[in-house]
Amino acid sequence: MTDNKENRIVTKDLNVWIGKNHILKDVNIGIPPRGITVILGPSGCGKTTLLKTFNRLIDLVDGVKVRGTVLLDGTDVYHNTQDIEGVRKKMGLLCQRPTPLPMSIYDNVIYGLWVHGERSRKALDRKAEIYLKKVGLWAEVHDRLTDPATKLSLGQQQRLCLARGLAVEPEVILCDEPTSALDPTSSRKIENMLRELKSVYTIVLVTHTLRLAELLADHVIFIYGGRVVEQGDADQVFNNPTKKLTKAFMVGEIS
Amino acid sequence: MISKKGWDRIYERLLTVPSLIVVSVFISMFAFLIYRSLPILESKSLGHILLSSRWNPDRGSFGLFPMIIGTILVTVIAMVIAVPISIFSAIYISEYAPRSVKSTIKSIIDVLAGIPSVVYGMCAILVLVPLVSDHVGPFFGVDTTGYSVLTAGITLSVMIFPIIISICVEAFQSVPLTLREASLTLGATKWETVKYVVFRKASPSVYSSILLGFGRAFGETMAVAMVIGNLPFVPRSVFSPATTIPAIIATTYGEMMSLPLFDSAIMFSALLLLIIVVIFNILAKVVIMKYSR
Repeated sequence: MTDNKENRIVTKDLNVWIGKNHILKDVNIGIPPRGITVILGPSGCGKTTLLKTFNRLIDLVDGVKVRGTVLLDGTDVYHNTQDIEGVRKKMGLLCQRPTPLPMSIYDNVIYGLWVHGERSRKALDRKAEIYLKKVGLWAEVHDRLTDPATKLSLGQQQRLCLARGLAVEPEVILCDEPTSALDPTSSRKIENMLRELKSVYTIVLVTHTLRLAELLADHVIFIYGGRVVEQGDADQVFNNPTKKLTKAFMVGEIS
Repeated sequence: MISKKGWDRIYERLLTVPSLIVVSVFISMFAFLIYRSLPILESKSLGHILLSSRWNPDRGSFGLFPMIIGTILVTVIAMVIAVPISIFSAIYISEYAPRSVKSTIKSIIDVLAGIPSVVYGMCAILVLVPLVSDHVGPFFGVDTTGYSVLTAGITLSVMIFPIIISICVEAFQSVPLTLREASLTLGATKWETVKYVVFRKASPSVYSSILLGFGRAFGETMAVAMVIGNLPFVPRSVFSPATTIPAIIATTYGEMMSLPLFDSAIMFSALLLLIIVVIFNILAKVVIMKYSR
């Protein structure tokens, strides 16, 4: 599974320290280009940290040290000459809680396009409509696009964040517990959307909820205590886990 | 024997006393100023006091217009200089400075805020006054003693740096990390993130810090009185001497006892100052409340 050619994201001997805490230990994983890869593991095992090493959001953390390699389509994300904005643009991020920017609904959707230099009002209007429709938000907000995004419900905000991420045309979508702050109906909408998107995008989803993983995963990477315990196709990991720790997690003995 | 509950009630009552003292001092100051302002308000119209530019207490002219103009000019100069410098340095401190630099600059700013205004005035006399009279004035082809509106404005701007900077730094740093991450993952650069997200999110506090700085500049007395020249005329240019409301109060207080209306006119200027500063403080609060959600 760690073969360079087949996988979109590959890590090699990835180690991450924050201060004196050794968060990730010798992580070697591969994430295939299509489908949903779920990074599963109990709270505090380093899942989110791993996700943030992919698009170098980890750089924002004080006292962080990263060793090892992260490859995106074969190029080293941590190379000195790497264009970080370019890497980040390729990977959309959907957080645990929605993160509407302090501006209008419309401005949120076009923010990414705007910072990448798109200034044509026509093009921006068109893109805003396309991506709001894509996340099923257009009908709900088309008559109040200039309202502050914070006026939307949490579920709507999360779909807005998804639309905003898709608008910059990423190749990878990183999701960090994207439904844990939402009500069941909104959660289902996001889940369905991810299922639709997985044929086009590489989706990486971090969660500690087994139910969500079983519902969405095509591939699973199980992490415990900063180490990869097991990785493989969802079927195999869920039904025939080879490691004792994985089994214990599946039956709820550890969490 | 007083029960535990009884003591509790006694403490509750006792603790209201200090706040009552504070509030009543404020109210009585207000009442006192109004009472002492009455004679001038009875003998001259409000319009005359505020708009006449003749200030000649010996002849019974009490036009406060020169002081009002002086105050506004000095404050505006101070704000024009202080606001951009303070905001940009706050951005640097909060977003770009390495951690060690950050804490050093922050403590320097705290010290700046605590320096007595007479010290700022002294330094301005020693450095700024000669600079304005020997270099800035001649550069613009103006003959000036250096004791001028401009000098006072520059001095004031330095005094309000710490207010605006410390409030802005606080506000920028309280913008959640997740918002910055959201902007960065869309491919925005750090500067774009600061400009469009951090600054915008913190803007209510930025506005309120500007209003508080304004209030401080408006009411500052000592440093201004030391460098503005204290002449009760409408200044012809920023290089002319002038005076401000606080400065006229401080510099004329001793001589006014013999003239009853003079005393009252000064009390009225104090009242005016109090009202304006209170308004600015309330505005700052309103801005915070209105825009922070």
